[in-house]
Parts: sequence; C-alpha cells; structure tokens
Amino acid sequence: MNFAIPDMAPALPEMFVLGMACLVLLVDLFVSDRGRGATYVLSQATLVGALFLTLGGTPEPVVTFSGTFVRDALSDVLKAFIYGVVFFVFLYSRDYLRDRGIYRGEFFVLGLFGVLGMMILVSAHSLLTVYLGLELLSLSLYAMVAMQRDSVLASESAMKYFVLGALASGMLLYGMSMLYGVTGTLDIAELSRAIAGVEDRTVASFGLVFLIIGVAFKLGAVPFHMWVPDVYHGAATSVTLYLGTAPKIAAFGMLMRLLVDGLGSMQADWGPILVILAVLSMAIGNVVAIAQTNLKRMLAYSTISHVGFLLLGVLTGTPDGYSASLFYVLVYAVMGLGAFGMILLLARAGFEADRLEDFKGLNERSPWFAFMMLVVMFSMAGVPPFLGFWAKLYVLLEAVRADLVWLAVAAVVFSVIGAFYYLRVVKLMYFDQPAEPVPLQAGADMRVMLSANALVVLALGIWPGSLFALCEAVF
Amino acid sequence: MFENMETVYLWVVLAPLLGSIIAGLFGWLIGRAGAHWVTIIGVGVSFFLSLVVFKHIVIDGAPAYNGTVYTWMVAGGLPIEVGFLIDKLTAMMMVVVTFVSWMVHIYTIGYMHDDPGYTRFFSYISLFTFSMLMLVMANNFLQLFFGWEAVGLVSYLLIGFWYKRESAIHANLKAFLVNRVGDFGFLLGIGAVLLYFGSLDYAQVFAGAEKVAARTMSIWPGVEWPVITVICILLFIGAMGKSAQMPLHVWLPDSMEGPTPISALIHAATMVTAGIFMVARMSPLYEYSETALAVVMVIGATTALFMGLLGLVQTDIKRVIAYSTLSQLGYMTAALGASAYAAGIFHLMTHAFFKALLFLGAGSVIIALHHEQDMRRMGGLRRYMPITWITSLIGTLALIGAPGFSGFFSKDSIIEAIGHSSLGVAGYAYACVLIGVFVTALYSFRMYFLVFHGEPRMDAHTREHVHETPWVVTGPLIALAVPSVVIGAWYVGDMVFGDFFGRAIFVLPRHDVLGGLAASFHGPWGMVQHAFFQPPVWLAAAGVVTAWYLYMVRPELPGVIAARAGALYRFMVNKYGFDDFNEAVFAGGGRGLGNLLWRIGDVRLIDGLAVNGSARLVGWLAGVVRHLQSGFLYHYAFAMIVGLVALVGWAVFWPVE
Repeated sequence: MNFAIPDMAPALPEMFVLGMACLVLLVDLFVSDRGRGATYVLSQATLVGALFLTLGGTPEPVVTFSGTFVRDALSDVLKAFIYGVVFFVFLYSRDYLRDRGIYRGEFFVLGLFGVLGMMILVSAHSLLTVYLGLELLSLSLYAMVAMQRDSVLASESAMKYFVLGALASGMLLYGMSMLYGVTGTLDIAELSRAIAGVEDRTVASFGLVFLIIGVAFKLGAVPFHMWVPDVYHGAATSVTLYLGTAPKIAAFGMLMRLLVDGLGSMQADWGPILVILAVLSMAIGNVVAIAQTNLKRMLAYSTISHVGFLLLGVLTGTPDGYSASLFYVLVYAVMGLGAFGMILLLARAGFEADRLEDFKGLNERSPWFAFMMLVVMFSMAGVPPFLGFWAKLYVLLEAVRADLVWLAVAAVVFSVIGAFYYLRVVKLMYFDQPAEPVPLQAGADMRVMLSANALVVLALGIWPGSLFALCEAVF
Repeated sequence: MFENMETVYLWVVLAPLLGSIIAGLFGWLIGRAGAHWVTIIGVGVSFFLSLVVFKHIVIDGAPAYNGTVYTWMVAGGLPIEVGFLIDKLTAMMMVVVTFVSWMVHIYTIGYMHDDPGYTRFFSYISLFTFSMLMLVMANNFLQLFFGWEAVGLVSYLLIGFWYKRESAIHANLKAFLVNRVGDFGFLLGIGAVLLYFGSLDYAQVFAGAEKVAARTMSIWPGVEWPVITVICILLFIGAMGKSAQMPLHVWLPDSMEGPTPISALIHAATMVTAGIFMVARMSPLYEYSETALAVVMVIGATTALFMGLLGLVQTDIKRVIAYSTLSQLGYMTAALGASAYAAGIFHLMTHAFFKALLFLGAGSVIIALHHEQDMRRMGGLRRYMPITWITSLIGTLALIGAPGFSGFFSKDSIIEAIGHSSLGVAGYAYACVLIGVFVTALYSFRMYFLVFHGEPRMDAHTREHVHETPWVVTGPLIALAVPSVVIGAWYVGDMVFGDFFGRAIFVLPRHDVLGGLAASFHGPWGMVQHAFFQPPVWLAAAGVVTAWYLYMVRPELPGVIAARAGALYRFMVNKYGFDDFNEAVFAGGGRGLGNLLWRIGDVRLIDGLAVNGSARLVGWLAGVVRHLQSGFLYHYAFAMIVGLVALVGWAVFWPVE
C-alpha cells in the first residue's frame, strides 16, 4: 500500500488549535473555579498563536491532504478575522459568565472547537471537508446554546436549533450526494471542471438548491431563518455574541467555496435564487425588527437583513462583487461584536439588559458608552461616515454594476425602513429617562476593548481604504 | 530646520486647527487664559511658518509647490484630495492672513475681557484661520469650496456670537442666506468646470483653459454662450456673495453685529477678500472671457462708488467702516475686471492692514466708551486716547490714499489701470472710481473728525472714565499701523509693476495694462511726485477739506443738507431699498411659497400620506409578520420545507435563458 505523508504545513494553524483545545480541556479539569483565569488565558493565547501561524504562511495557494484542504488568501483573511472576533467574544464574555455561574472551561473549549470547525470550513477543498467543518462548528454551537442548563429558554432554543440544524445538514448532505452523482467527484476544483461539461443540468440544479439551503440556514437567510430570533434570544448573551459574529464569516467562506469555487459555472442558476433569498431576508429582517421589544431579538432580525445585503455582492457573480460581500461580512462581524458587546457591558448579576428599555437614558448613565452605541447603531443603519455605510455602498454599487438596479433600489428602501429601529435605540439612549440610574459595572479591559471596537467602526469609516484594499486583494 | 517644506505647509494649517480644537473642546479644562494662550501660540506658529514659506518661495525664489497631501477617496475617477498649491500669491496671502489673525487674537484678550463666551470665541477665530488657510492654499476646486464654506460657517457663528441678541441672530441668518445665493453660483461654476475640463485640479484646469475657451454651450435652446464665460460668471457670483459685491452686499453691514475683532479679521481683512483672491487665482480662466471681465469691472466699480456714498449717512462708527470696506472691495473687483489682478491683490493686502487697523481702532474707541457705537455721542477723543488717535489717523490716511501711505500706491495703481483698460465699460468704471476717491475721503474724515475732534458729546459720567485702552489693544494697533504706512512703497514696484507673482497670475498680452504702466513707473517716490499732477490726489484733498468744513467749521450744515435733500437722504438711509426689496420679494415670497407647500404638500401629502401612511403600513406589516414566528418547531421546519419546495421548483422548472 502506497501511503505518502501529506504536506502538513498549510494546516499548521488547525493542528495548533486542535492541540491547544485539548490542552485547555485537560488543564481546566485541574483548576478550581477561582483559577479559571488560566483557562481563559490559554484560550486567548491559542487564538493569538493561531493568528501568527496563519499570517506566517506562504502567500500562494496550497492544496494538500489529497485535495481536501486548501490554504489561500481567502482562507487566511477569513481565519484571521475569525480569531480576532472570537478573541473579543471571550474577552467580553468573562464578567457575564462569572455573574451567571457558567464561567466554566466548557465555554472556552467549545468555543475553540467551534473555531476549529470554522477554520476547516473556510479551508475546505472537498465537499466532505465542508461537511466536516460545518458539523464540528454546529455541534459546538448546539452545546454552547444549551450550556445554561437551568434556563428553560436556553434549553428550548438549543433544542430548536439542533433539530432544524440537523434538517439543514441533511439537506446539504443530500445536495452533495446528488452533485457527486452527477460529476463523480467530491473535490471542489474537479467538481467545478466536471460540472461545466454537464449537458443536462436538471439533477445538478436539484443538488444546487439543497446546497444553497444548507448555506442559507447557516447564514440565517429567509426562509431558513426561523431559528435565528429564538436562538439569539434564548442563548446566554455571550453565546449569542459568539453565534452572531464569527460563524457568519465562516458561512460566507462556505458560500464562496461551494458556489463560487465549486459551482461557479452555474452562476446563472444560483444568482436568481440568491436574489430571492436576499430580497426576502432584507424585507423580513428589517420589517419584523421594528416590532421587537427585545434587543437581542431585534439584532437577530437585523442580522437577517444584513445577510440579505451580504448576498447582494455574491449574487452578481463577479470578483468585485465577492470582495464587496467579503467587506460586508467582515464589517458586519465587527459591528455585531460592538452591538452585542454593549448588552454584555450593561448586564450585571441578575439583570440581562437585553430589552430595549434597558437602554433608556444611557446617555445620563454613561455618555461615552452611549456614544459608542450610537456609533455602532449608525454604522448598522448605514449612516456615513461610519463603516457600515461603505459596506452598504459597495454591495449596492456592485448590484448596480450587474444591472440589478431594481434590487439596489429595493435594498435602499429596506435599509431606510431598517434605519427606524436602529435610530430608536439612539433615541431611547439620548432622549428618554433612565429607569434606574445604576452606574456601569464592567471591568476595565472590557471598557477599553469595547471602546476600541466602536472606535474602529468610526476610524475605518473615515479611512475605509485599507480594509477595502484587503478585500479586493483576495479575489 | 525646515528642510521638508511639505511638513511646514502642513503645520501652517494644522497649528490653528489644533488650537481651535483644544480651546473649543477643552476650554472648560484649561480655562480662559489657557484658551487664549493655546490659540495665540497656534496662530503664532502658523504666522512664523508662513514667514518661512514666504522667504522660501518669494525671497529665495523656490519654484511653486503643487502636491497632494491626502487622498480621501476616489469617486468615479474623480479624486477627492487635500492638496497645497504654494506659489507667490499663496505665500503672500498666508502671511497677510496669519499676521492679521494673530494681531486680532492678541487684541481679543482686551476686547472680550468680560465676555462669558471667551473660550468659544478663541476657538472660533482659530478655526477661521485654519479654514481661510485651507482656502488660500488649496490646489483644487473642492478644497477651495471646503475652505469657502468653512469660512462662511465660522463667519455665521461669529456674527451671531452674542446669540441672545435678536439683531445678531437676524444678521447671521441674513449673511448665511445671502451667501447661499452666491455659493449656489459658485457650486454651479465648479460643476461646470468638472463637466468641461474633466478635472478639479487647478493645474489641469488651467492647462486646458485655452482649449475650452473655444467651446460654446447652449444656455437654453437657441442661445449659445462661450463655456468659459458661463464658468467665469458663475464663479464670480460666488465671489460676489463672499466679497459682498452689489447686489449681494446686503449682509456685510449687518455683520457688524458681531464683536469688533471679527469685523476686523473676517469682515474686512480676510474672508471678504476670498472672492478677490479666487478671481485672481482663476486669472487663467478669466483672461479668456472679456464678457466676464466686463461684468466683473462694472459690478466692482458700481459697488465702489455707491457703497461709499452710503458711508456718508451712517452714524454707527462700525457701519461707516463696513460701507468703506464694501467700497474698497469694489475697487479691488474693478481692478480684476481690468486684468490688473496684481493691483487688486496688492490693494487686498494693503487694505487688510489699514482696514484691520481702522476696525481695531474703532473697537478701542468702543471699549473706552463702554460699548457706545454712535458717533453722535463721541468727539474730542484725541486728548484721551493718543495712541488710538494717531493710529486711526494713519489708517484713515492710508484709506483715502494720501500720497506715501500704503493705500495710495495700491489705489492709484487700480485707478490708472482702469483708466488704461481697453474694455468698453472702462469709461463708466473710471468715472465711478474717480468720484469714489472724493467720497472715500469725505466719509473717512467725517468719521475721523466726529470721533477724535470737536467737543466731547458723551455724557459726563462716561467722559470722566475715558482713558487709553490696555496694551493688548494698543499693541496690535501699532503693529498694524507700521505696514499701513510702509508696505505700499516697499512692495509696489515688485508686486504691481514687477514680476512678483510670476506664473501665479496669468494675463494675456492684449489685456496687460499693468505691463504698459510699468514703463512709466520710476520707483515709489516718482509715483508720489507724479500723483500731484493727477486728479485722484486733488479729489481726495477736496474730500478732506469738505469734511473739515462740514463737520468742524459749520457743524450745523449737514443737518440742513439732509433736510433739503429729503427724498434722496431717505433713499440713502434706506440703503437704496435693497433690504426692503429683498424683505418683500424674496423673504416674503419665499415664506408665502413655503406656507403653501407646507399646508398642502407637506402636511397633507408627504406627512399625511407618504410618511405616516407608510410608517403605519410598515408597522402593521411588522405586527402581522411577527406572528409567523410562532415559536413552534414544526412551523419552523415547515417554513424550511416550503422554502425548499419553492426554490427547487424555481430552479428546475424555470428556464435559464
């Protein structure tokens, strides 16, 4: 039997994260609740180390492990942002978890395994690798949502997430099997070549739709979004923070791997489907968000609408469109961090701060953080000069370039509707009286990093050039 | 030191901006003294660096610098940049702006001493200095426009500085609105430049001027106009707003509601000259349109004469100087029309010094009399305030163009240039500016005599307390009096008749009146001697004598004349009815139209139907759709299945063309 050792170097970050996650699991067994800091520090060190390993890689694309794993510019950028986002997630979550008695090693271990899943997902070069990464990520997420065992809401939402997730995974797998049936390969590059030569596209289109559903579920695009509000709402806020940011980046990577790398020649088929998903997501997301009184639910619907915008770039089928979407998803992750981070900042023992009215009069309690929240909300609404404006502008521009003017107009109309609920938060903060003027209790590290987070949204809004150049260089 | 000039240019603009930000945002922290120190140091740094730039560009004769400092973004192939064009014109403007600004900063310590808005005031004037520098140092139209709007904004803020005064609010609103009219033209002009030149960069636009000069555009079907004329006139409308030329001059007299240092800095020395500077900067465009030049000249000459006349009937000391400013701006504008850009800019510079001096002198008088501005309650002040008296006399002599003073050289050059201009309207303009000289002397000395000579007419209490103002006030007066005397003789040879501006100002050979006059120029002393054989000096002297006779010898005569020429006098007191006309037609018409649109268009259609209607619709929709989120797992799964079926149906059965 001929067995060649594959080139391990491109997967070094993955191996490092895997090893460290196991180490953290072991270490955590031996520390007391008071020594939990060790777990935290090790987890953060894992992310930092992985970042260095990823950035230290070779610039040109490498495919390894018998064509199942790829390391290229796209995977590097996505991974780097995933590490960064999760780093912030861990940092923001610490106080919150401690206050609720769930400051356990599991959160960090599951978080790291989730990171590993995302890494594999964005580096996938085979349909099976996609599935592997996706399941690793999803299983970690189910467990994280369910971590707050004594909360009925959390258990219920974990159950819903798990069942629907299983359904979506099944559909994805079904779609993959059909594509395999048509082309006889699981390798994404070969799939791409083979599919271009297929005359009768009926079965392939069938498989394509199932594939798209798998991705749409992960992204939370309408009508595969039903889990999003319930899970965001039910999970502990720190888990929501994790769930709502980094996996979106990974899902974008998955979308690129499957639709662009694999089925690029079927753009004429998947383009219109994405148009439908985009319009529905923007419409439902923005309209229903208005009726929410819970900030986490509102942000869940806001996420759905952002996914609609994100799809605007991809569906054009041009490299410029992809980079616009990449820009959008990175920007979204940064803004989402800030928004959920604000809820964590205001929360304290026995108080969740996840209702809209908890933000009333924030300006009187803390003018600085009211301003930070204003920055994030304006950015999400797409007000210049904040970062979110450029993200929206670029995807709209690409939609217009692809002669989808009606779609761009619809997107603008929905974002105007969306502006209402973002601005309502601002109005509550600045023009209403606080219910109970309690000073903020968050730690210094959280305050500094959350400020940095919001200031990045402002600064990159004024100088968006570097981030956009990065996104353009990927495609 | 100063090897890297780019850094120097950057700090020239950044130093006042930093001062302004610190004083404005942290004024509560650093206190009043902190605020004036930080801004004075900021502008002082800017002034000294401007001197360095002046030495580098003008004295050492370094080539002009034209470079981009920062590209903000590129929109549709149009770069939006911050860049500097530093040539001799810019260098001169930088020195004038920063010097006068610096003097005004120091003076303000005394003038605003008891004002509660002390730190805010310093923040504003530093911000103004920054904006004005951005304007003069720009190398592209967008930055010019940025500076243009920014100085307008600060002017608005400062006219309404005492925001609790009804009249100040009215005045700043008026200034803002009238400037909007000018800026509208200006912006259209910039748009036309972009359309026909395809660039907003000065160098590229000027290089293409000759080519574009041959093109025409149709204003409306059947009427073809040369593009360059349209562009120049549109840009000039902007200049008319900012430099207060008739009929957009109405805001400047009212702007005197602002504190006096502002009147000196913004509404006399610098901001209002932005229009003059702009036209001179655009000389490569204006030269190709004689129509535009003729318009410029007529507007300028008319303003010079008729605004001067209004100075005769004013009783408020600041308003007299304000009308004088209008009239002098008219002179500069008329010079531009005659293609004597250098003379116009030269007058801009000398005027900046002596007019700032006159304003600050008036301010000194106003402080001494406890904020009394009515000249009928002044008189005899020369005994109490010797420094203010002497410096004001110097300023007045410079203003009327007494031989040897700075104003003489600049104004005489303008009059000569207009006299030699070949434009058809030059005859009218020449008459206007000549009569203007008499009028200038008359109102200037009327003010001088009423304030400093004769019997004191203030009440006894005030008179007992009149004394010379502190050094922070008199210091700047002296510092400004020096250039008011010497700068004319010093620079007239270079600037007006020499090749001072080099390639910064472009004049076609057939328009080159100053070049023709240079042949008969034999040094400043020769110019003074020559002047005694020319009408302007004698007209000025006649004005002084008339003023002396009317206000010193027979003080009862002006009243009699006013009564005899009742209708004319009232017409002039009403400022030729411009304000009444604007009030009735534009303000009234605008309000009427607005009312109509508000009642029918806004309340009924837009608010009622569109805004509230759609908001109700969306709210209702949100209420309905949220019920889809039932919370039941099987509903959610069902939604996914429905989505799946619909998409499969679409993908498989929808033919892809």
